[in-house]
Amino acid sequence: MPRRIVILGGGTGGTLTANRLRKHYDVDDVEITVVDQDGSHVYQPGLLFVPFGLTDPDHLVKSRPRQLRKGVGYHQSAVDRVDVEADTVHLDDGTVLPYDVLVVATGVRLLPEETEGLEWGDKVHTFYDLEGATNLREAFERFEGGRIVVNVVDMPIKCPIAPLEFAFLTDWYFQDRGLRDRVDIAYVTPLDGAFTKPVASAALGDLLTEKGVSIVTEFNTGEVDADAGRLVSFDGREVPFDLAVVIPVHGGQAYVGRSPGLGDELDFVPADPQTLQAKVKPNVFAIGDATSLPTSKAGSVTHFEGEVLVQNIRHFLAGEPLSATFDGHANCFIETGFDKALLIDFNYETEPLPGHFPMKVGLPLLKESRLNHLGKLVFEWFYWHSLLPGRDIPGIGAAMPMSGKHR
Amino acid sequence: MPTKELDGVTVEVNDEGFFVKPEQWTEHMAELLAKEEGIDTLSPQHWTVLRFVRREYEEKGTGPTVRALGKTSGVSVKELYELFPKGPAKIAAKVAGIPKPRGCI
Repeated sequence: MPRRIVILGGGTGGTLTANRLRKHYDVDDVEITVVDQDGSHVYQPGLLFVPFGLTDPDHLVKSRPRQLRKGVGYHQSAVDRVDVEADTVHLDDGTVLPYDVLVVATGVRLLPEETEGLEWGDKVHTFYDLEGATNLREAFERFEGGRIVVNVVDMPIKCPIAPLEFAFLTDWYFQDRGLRDRVDIAYVTPLDGAFTKPVASAALGDLLTEKGVSIVTEFNTGEVDADAGRLVSFDGREVPFDLAVVIPVHGGQAYVGRSPGLGDELDFVPADPQTLQAKVKPNVFAIGDATSLPTSKAGSVTHFEGEVLVQNIRHFLAGEPLSATFDGHANCFIETGFDKALLIDFNYETEPLPGHFPMKVGLPLLKESRLNHLGKLVFEWFYWHSLLPGRDIPGIGAAMPMSGKHR
Repeated sequence: MPTKELDGVTVEVNDEGFFVKPEQWTEHMAELLAKEEGIDTLSPQHWTVLRFVRREYEEKGTGPTVRALGKTSGVSVKELYELFPKGPAKIAAKVAGIPKPRGCI
């Protein structure tokens, strides 16, 4: 009987894991099934560009099952719960899927309901999902002047630099429309600076100042009051707005909470940061945004994790020690407007540093350049044609390169 | 590594005053640390949070975030801010004598 690998989630992590695994095993030896609740795969890095009219929302969506290699099964249903003891997954449609190896790749949920008063409407928007980004585009088109706040409610969030990119692009967008002198932009964050890591935080903070974006730090949003147009923090501070772009609180999927032992208090799945094996049981693994690993929730991280995860699943099925290790590698282009972008590259141990990537002759790190902007645009093609199918991207490996960086 | 005199003992702290060695901490030190943070007396509810934070640190190797505290400590986020107005996760960690919470990246 073939062994069964069940992958929950057909997004970046689930798709690339399924496709990489399929290459290594015969269909007769290992059965691979991907489960997802809907059939649309969204290119999430593209959401940032939607509100500024820089990309069309329709272009970001493709069929989920069609990204899977031949021989990968696809089952469309929401997940009710995982029975870790019995090695089975119970789906909403009543199906019970037994597994030898389970991969949790179901990403995160946006939880605006956890913040008092936070509801999407005329003045309060998000760009963290397709519908929100599309509505925000219309709101921006109508906006003729006033105060825009970009507010991160709490960490962790997907792609923690996207809100900064959003602020940079907002500056560009209103300059482009000739309205910049009528628009105030404020960046309101719970962190003590622009970003989590000191060197990058200073560089990005300077860039906000340069672009005339004011920054409000250590602001823990307790309430979004749309009628009065103000954010109120838990310690009683207020920030007024005419239009708020809010990144709501994130959590793992609800079924994780319904599966005893699988998740933590925020429904993220604790896993070994090196091997990606879940803490709950040796035959459960986790990848991408769904984990509680101390690294960024970002596509690049998921991509690098995928290589390690597939090796370790093969070790596990062969009864060998899990020898592949993930170093926490993340690599992010930061769009800064005016056809320029910065690039940062870091891991668990090394914060983003200046220099070049992946070596001395390469893309400039922590510095605005047109080349990085082109890199960001070209990446969309690589995502669909190289990353998801499970092909290696030349020069970009799982382990973080140190050559080219300087402290 | 900076140090700090507390209750006649020299303890190791980081640049921001967070304990480096949680085993050096005592309950009496917590009272002194709280005063430095503008909290005159530690109520039973403060202690619920402080003990919870230390237990979390022992189990997980880092102090909890405000949101995790609100979900698991039995004290709501609003109340947490009333107890530790300058930031529950940070101040509770400082007073409870554990390293600065890693937070999120």
